[in-house]
Amino acid sequence: MDATQAVILTIITASTPLLLAAIGELVTERSGVLNLGVEGMMVMGAVCGFAAAYTTGNPYIGILAGVFGGVALAFFFAILTQTLATNQVATGLALTLLGLGLSGLIGESFVGLPGVKLQQLSIPFLSTIPFIGPILFGQDILVYASVALIFATTYVLFKTRVGLIIRSVGDNHNSAHALGYNVIAVRYACIMFGGACSGLAGAYLSLAYTPQWIENMTAGRGWVALALVVFSTWLPKRLAIGAYLFGAVWIMGLYVQALGFGIPSQFLSSLPYVVTIIALVIISGNKTLTRVNTPACIGQTFVPDR
Amino acid sequence: MKLVLEKRSEHSEFMTLMSPLLAIALTVFTGAIIFAIQGLNPFEALYVYFIEPLTSMWSLEEVFVKAAPLILIGAGLSVCYMANVWNIGAEGQLTMGAIVGSIVPIVFTSWQSPLTLVAMIALGALGGALYGAIPAFLKNRFNANEILTSLMLVYIAQLFLDWVVRGPWKDPKGFNFPQSIAFEGWQLFPTLGDGRVHIGIILAVIAVVILTVLMSRTLKGFEILVIGNSPRAGRFAGFSRKKIVWFCLLLSGGLAGIAGIGEVAGPSGQLQPTVSPGYGFTAIIVAFLGRLNPIGVLFAGVMLAITYIGGEAAQIDLGVSDKTAQVFQGILLFFILACDTLILYRIKMLTSTKQQSVAAE
Repeated sequence: MDATQAVILTIITASTPLLLAAIGELVTERSGVLNLGVEGMMVMGAVCGFAAAYTTGNPYIGILAGVFGGVALAFFFAILTQTLATNQVATGLALTLLGLGLSGLIGESFVGLPGVKLQQLSIPFLSTIPFIGPILFGQDILVYASVALIFATTYVLFKTRVGLIIRSVGDNHNSAHALGYNVIAVRYACIMFGGACSGLAGAYLSLAYTPQWIENMTAGRGWVALALVVFSTWLPKRLAIGAYLFGAVWIMGLYVQALGFGIPSQFLSSLPYVVTIIALVIISGNKTLTRVNTPACIGQTFVPDR
Repeated sequence: MKLVLEKRSEHSEFMTLMSPLLAIALTVFTGAIIFAIQGLNPFEALYVYFIEPLTSMWSLEEVFVKAAPLILIGAGLSVCYMANVWNIGAEGQLTMGAIVGSIVPIVFTSWQSPLTLVAMIALGALGGALYGAIPAFLKNRFNANEILTSLMLVYIAQLFLDWVVRGPWKDPKGFNFPQSIAFEGWQLFPTLGDGRVHIGIILAVIAVVILTVLMSRTLKGFEILVIGNSPRAGRFAGFSRKKIVWFCLLLSGGLAGIAGIGEVAGPSGQLQPTVSPGYGFTAIIVAFLGRLNPIGVLFAGVMLAITYIGGEAAQIDLGVSDKTAQVFQGILLFFILACDTLILYRIKMLTSTKQQSVAAE
């Protein structure tokens, strides 16, 4: 394995959690709901995934537990914002604060324990192709899942009736309601999907990226995922490009640190956050790019008229 | 069975006052369940958590030490949220205030006069305000979401602080510990009496008074209310949304900065890699629990401070994890938001299918 290949493999590892969390949030936002609790759902996915995998010794059960952790928190968010019509921004923040606290509490007895690593699923023959083989066909199941999710969401959102309903609910909930669609139910489903994806992203962190439990191990990745959705202008394919670019920035910092140019490590560690801000500024400043795809009802509460 | 919201003709004054109390009651009840699950006597645990902090002079002082930054930040955030400006990066503004305010004692070590303290507080406010100005500028100039930019700036500020105390500002005689020189004399916030309570709590009360007047008696306060509640009406009235964004972020950033220098020149007495145990985030809960009203924030700040002290007490007395406090705080915010629904809506429970079909019409 040469150096370039190693770099690409680590970039994919760093990008996958961002991609998983962001694709879920993209669907949630397409239905008109802004869930700022991604960080909280992700960290819950991480701790549940680690705990279940450690207890059973099976990383796949860990993945399921991670999904459960994310969905459970998302369900609370859905009850509050949809059934009780609370402010989505505030509720999302509450979700993040709760998730960070709860995961710390659950994970306390798992700190410092050796984790169960999710194994690579090498596809026979294909993975032996020089150079690209290990990159494309020698990954673990969650990397394949993240790529599949990109294509699946693109297809569902833009080529199917379900996607049309989701987008119409997100663009004009009053019209969608008048047409007879159950706005609240659609949004519930999309919020839960977002939670499941965030849970997967968290489980990836604690099972594949660094197979251990560290408090607050998401380190702002949930927020970066939220920024990625804006960066992607709500298009899954652009989201994938963005996620891999961000993953590359994350890894670049580590490599420069290892080479050591006398740059303080703290400056390199803050690079992903600086880049996130720059990316947000570039995209948000471009009105044509953002306005076309921004779900028109994003963040607005909907209470059916009776 | 189905829950349905029915809009009240006008918002309920009664529920506005009751909602936070109801939320606290529900949080305490949930807390009892969590303690019971952990195999503790829920009554004993709740006593240790919520009552014991108020029973000894020492812990009561601690409550006010912790309430000071929470009130300072929470008051600023409540104005922000009132205007629909979502500054969630107060933790970063606090950190920057701590760093900039510390320039005085660390660079001009020998300057000892009451003005030293004034300069530290002023620079703390300036540092926080300038750091708050970044999301304001990006929002107004590039339309970049202030939630995400202000939050990203928290991580950047914390890493910058880490570098400062391990690099240029490390105490040369500090045995290589990552901390600055210890502040002394006028470089420290004077305490009230012999205890640990410092003038931060007085600054917090002053801030609350000023913001109360600002919100209820001035045109600026009115502009904030209008822009927050109805941006369209605000535009017709000729109020500038951009100016409000600037105002809110500079104000809340400045107050968070004062809270930051208060932590450094108060309880810790030197700059360390961590300035606060997440006051900037807890203050978000303070702002909501206080009804986005500065006077409400005063009480909410004390309430949240109690959960910090109670958390420490429970850890020592009962062996409960110190993370429990954070869980309580998160649950509390959840319940506040849920209970606030009752201000604008009545909740109706439809049981039979007949009622449901009537409701659907």
